Order: sequence, then structure tokens, then C-alpha cells
Amino acid sequence: MPEMNFIQAINTALAEELRHDPATFMMGLDIWVGAFGATSGLTDEFGAERILNAPISEAGYAGAGVGAAMAGMRPIVEIEFASFFYCCWDQVCNQAAKLRYMSGGQADMPITFRAVCGAVGSAAAQHSETVYSQFMSVPGLKIVVPSGAYDMKGLLKSAIRDNNPVLVFEHLKLGRSKEEVPDDEYLVPIGQAAVKREGSDVTIIAIGYMVSQALKAAKSLAEDGISAEVIDPRSLIPLDEETILSSVAKTHNVLVVDEGHLRCGAAAEISAVIADKGFDSLDAPVKRLAAPDVPIPFSPPMEKFVLPNDKKIAATVKEMLG
Amino acid sequence: MADTSLSTDKLLDMYRTMQRIRQFESRVRDIFQEGQIPGFVHVSIGEEASATGVAAALTEQDYITSTHRGHGHLIAKGGEVKPMMAELFGKKTGYCKGKGGSMHIANFELGILGANGIVGAGLPIATGAGLAAKVRGSGEVAACFFGDGASNEGTFHESLNIASSWKLPVIYVCENNLYGEFTAGKDVTSVKDIADRARGHDMPGVVVNGNDVVEVYEATSEAVERARKGEGPTLIECKTYRWEGHVVGEEAFLGKRSYRPADEIEAWKKRCPLITFEQRFVPDTFSPEEIGVVQAEVKQAIDDAVQFAQDSPYPQPEEALDDMFSKE
Repeated sequence: MPEMNFIQAINTALAEELRHDPATFMMGLDIWVGAFGATSGLTDEFGAERILNAPISEAGYAGAGVGAAMAGMRPIVEIEFASFFYCCWDQVCNQAAKLRYMSGGQADMPITFRAVCGAVGSAAAQHSETVYSQFMSVPGLKIVVPSGAYDMKGLLKSAIRDNNPVLVFEHLKLGRSKEEVPDDEYLVPIGQAAVKREGSDVTIIAIGYMVSQALKAAKSLAEDGISAEVIDPRSLIPLDEETILSSVAKTHNVLVVDEGHLRCGAAAEISAVIADKGFDSLDAPVKRLAAPDVPIPFSPPMEKFVLPNDKKIAATVKEMLG
Repeated sequence: MADTSLSTDKLLDMYRTMQRIRQFESRVRDIFQEGQIPGFVHVSIGEEASATGVAAALTEQDYITSTHRGHGHLIAKGGEVKPMMAELFGKKTGYCKGKGGSMHIANFELGILGANGIVGAGLPIATGAGLAAKVRGSGEVAACFFGDGASNEGTFHESLNIASSWKLPVIYVCENNLYGEFTAGKDVTSVKDIADRARGHDMPGVVVNGNDVVEVYEATSEAVERARKGEGPTLIECKTYRWEGHVVGEEAFLGKRSYRPADEIEAWKKRCPLITFEQRFVPDTFSPEEIGVVQAEVKQAIDDAVQFAQDSPYPQPEEALDDMFSKE
């Protein structure tokens, strides 16, 4: 099977969906040149009329996406860095998320927002955040966080075809990571977790880039005789509770790993679901490993200190099972 | 007097729409104060001509976005008063099945992309509706109602810049009623005429008497023509005034604290959009009897709407959980 990197997976998914549905079009900063390569070359096939290079006006063009979606189009809106969502919070949370409900279900809102997220290396706090957890408490949005090229392509295609607002968070560190991606068209359904590795002693639920770290940790834990199961939720809203709870029922121990902040983060919500619905399966309290509640620092040793990684995951699991 | 190319049918239609807005809003004000409507309501008494004149220049396929003071815009774009009134009451038969209320009425079939509770939020949305029309080449235009207050929001400038840069078919209609909530526009706004801001975005900016429905209609028609020809957006500023407070019943929390002079309110009432129309067209174009018939018909329609809203059932409480996501 051919291999493809994460960025190529995005590019291919976008091209396929632009071909699939003439109502689909794109707007975003720098998308003609493609700041990170994900949109490069799309103008060649689809023209500048469907690939719109937007001014640096996040509220303006995110809102234009909302209006276009209500007027029958299927816009894909790129917000460049996830932290820039703060500039269009109203249009995403007050408008895109609520207008279907507030109109009594009259309007579909087929809009996809894409943003790169996560700490890529000394980008400091305004270009390193994951942000997705803050959207998790906004009813009306779906949230997708792919962990590799295969899922990236299949989930992005599903997001674009979805008739609801979907936010897709693309971790910058995954950009060059490669996976086998079939040539034939496929979709990955939103709301289905993936068991990335089977195990029996502990469940590690990891989000986005942390999936790769959890898999590394599981490998090293295996050498110490600990069998770790790794679950990738793939979408945070909706959350595949069934896959998570059946894994917990098998292993009785859970660590939830997220690069986002600890307080009210994605790991907090997943932990609460397990405590609420899987308490009887647990041998020990649910453990969270996430970034401490400070902005992501600039200087390399401090940045490394706050981010979870494979070694911290392995050490935490050993502590839990110790 | 009747120095306009408009047909008498069109003129009478516009008068009927203004009457409908006036009587709808007056009744809403009254029954809100009687406690029949939950939440809070913003009425547009005194601003009937801008809503009516703009919508009269649009087709049913064209789009509008509206504001927290949106009842008039919706009526002008063809919204029916029964489901509108029912929505205000929070009833199941309302346009939004009771999920939106006064500030969020929408009817997508009529191109009404919603009233909006966030000042300035409709500007990018209307811009996007215009963008949709342009990308697919389908020929609709979008008219965006907003107030003088919204013209101080970032979304105003972002939207005008986008629409002008991309030559989008959008008509930005600023209803300048002199006050943003409880603050006079002149105290917080860098320009005297909001229309001047069009220059910064390289589009025509037009000031009209917002209480003269014919003047509003003519300016809008010109902007619509320009938009449909692909020549881009226009900013129209309608000078007008709201007779009532920002919200109905504001005296309850403002007490005796006042933010606008009484003689200013009285002066603007003399420039009433309905009286302006009547002075111009009655009796030369319409007899007092014709006008009386319209008034009586509208009164009956509003009576029926209130009755409909009162008689309609509330939604079941559990319906709060419906309409979240499209299942498709």
C-alpha cells in the first residue's frame, strides 16, 4: 500500500472532496501558497474562485463561512493556528454551533473548520495550544483530532461531508509522519475510537499526537512485562464511550493523556465519563497526564518540562500499577 | 406629490408592511408589559421604513440577516405574524419551535438567515450568503441589517473589507437610530455619518432619510442592481430613530436615569415613517378610506396572531434535547 504523510493526507482529502461536491469551497489565510503545504496546488485544479485566500480577519471569514453554509454551500474554513480561534470565538460558538438549534432545526450547518494545533517547538503560548477542549463545552460542534495520516484523510473527508459544524485539529508535529494510505476512497466515521494496540493491564487513552507517544510508551512497558492497551478516541465530540468503557472493563486501570491543559481539559471530561459509567470496572482512580495549567513556555527546557511524552507516560503507568 | 415611478400596488404594499410592523411591535410592547411574553423584547417602532424599503427591493430568493431588533425586518421579508408571535411566546408553533424567541427568529425558506442576539454578528454571515451566491453564480444578493452600534464592531470592518475585495453582492444597511443600547452614538463613534466608513473600504456609501420608505427603496434598488451586476457591495445608512427604549420595560431597571432628551423623542415622532408616507400619498394617490382599510386588515391580522400564540401549546420540556445535529 502506498505511504503518505499527514500533510499529503490533508491535501488529498481536500482535493477529493472539492471534486466530489461543487458546493464545497475553501477559505483561509495563505491557502494559495499553503503555509504548511496542506492546501498547496489546490488552485491549479479548482481555481481562485473556490480556493479563497482570505484577509487576516478570522471573525470576518469564519462568519462568512457560516453564512455560506446556511445559504447552501459546504465551506471549509482554515483558521491556520488553533489559537487564532480566539479571534472568531463568536462566529464558531455563538453562530455556527447554535443557529441550527436556535432556529428549531431549520438550517443545516455543513461547515468544516481546520486548524493546526499543539506545541511544535518553541512557538510559545500563542502558537502552541491545542484549544479543542474549550470547544468541548459548546453544544453544537463536533471535534476531530486525528493522530496519523490514514485517519486524517478519512476523518477530514467525513467532516466535510457532515451537515454539522466540525472542527478538525491537525497537530503540527505529525506533519511529516507517514502511514499507509490506500488509493481507493474511504471514510473514517466520526465518533468511532480506534484501539491502536491491545493490552490487558492498563488502558492508555491518548489524543492526537499523544497517540504516537502512548504507543512508544506501551512498547517500552511491554519490555517491563506491562501490557498496555492504547485507545485513540479520534473524535472528542461525539466521544466513543463504548470502546473506552469496554477497554476499562478489561484492564481495570486507566491513564488519559492529553497535550492540552489539565484543568477542564479533554482528559478531565474522559475521566469523568469513566468515573460516571465505569466506576465498577476500576481497580484504581483514573489518572490524567496533561500539560500543567501554565501557558506553553517558549524556552526549550521549559517547554519539554510541561509537555507529556512517551517517557512520562511510561513512568506514570508504572507508578499507577506499582 | 406622488413623484415616484413606483406603482400604486407597490406603494400600498409597502404601506401595509409598515402598518404590520407598527402594529405588531406596538402590540408586542403592550402584551410584554402585561407579562404575556417571556424574556425581553426589542421593538422597532419608528424604524418601519428602513426594513420595508430595503426588503421591497429584494426577491424572495435574496437573503437578509437581522439583529436583536429584528421583528420588522422579518415581517418585511415575508415573515408571517402568527408563527412570529408564537415564537415570542415560546410556543411550539413558533418559527423556531420556541427555541429562539424574539431575538433569534429565522425562516430559511424566506431567505431570513436569522435575527441575532450578538451585535455585529450578522455582518459576516450576510457577507457569506453573498459569497455563496457569487461562488455558485446563482444571482441572489444579501441585505445585512445592523445598527450604528454594530458599525463599531470589528466584524463590520472585516466584512466590508472582504465584500469589497471580493466584489460580493451584499447591501449593508445601517439603521442609525442614534443609540447603541443606552449610549449615544455621537459619544463613541469617530464619524458623524456611518456611510463615510464606506470610503475606507472603497465602496459607495449613501445616506438616506431612513423614515422615508420610498427613499430607502430607491437607494436599495440601485445597490441591488449594482450587486447583481457583479460590481460589489454598497453601504446604505438610514437615518432613523427608535421611539421606544432599547428594551421594552427598561424604566424598570434604569429608574429615573435618562440617556436621551424627551424633546428629541418628540421631534422624531413628528417624522414618523407612516405619517411621512400619508402626507405624501394621501389623498392624491390613496384615499383615506383605502388607508383605513389597510389599517383595519392589519389590526385583524395582529389580533389573530396574538390569539394564535395564546392558544398554541408550549413545547414538551424534553423537546429541549431535539434539533441539535443534522442526522444526515
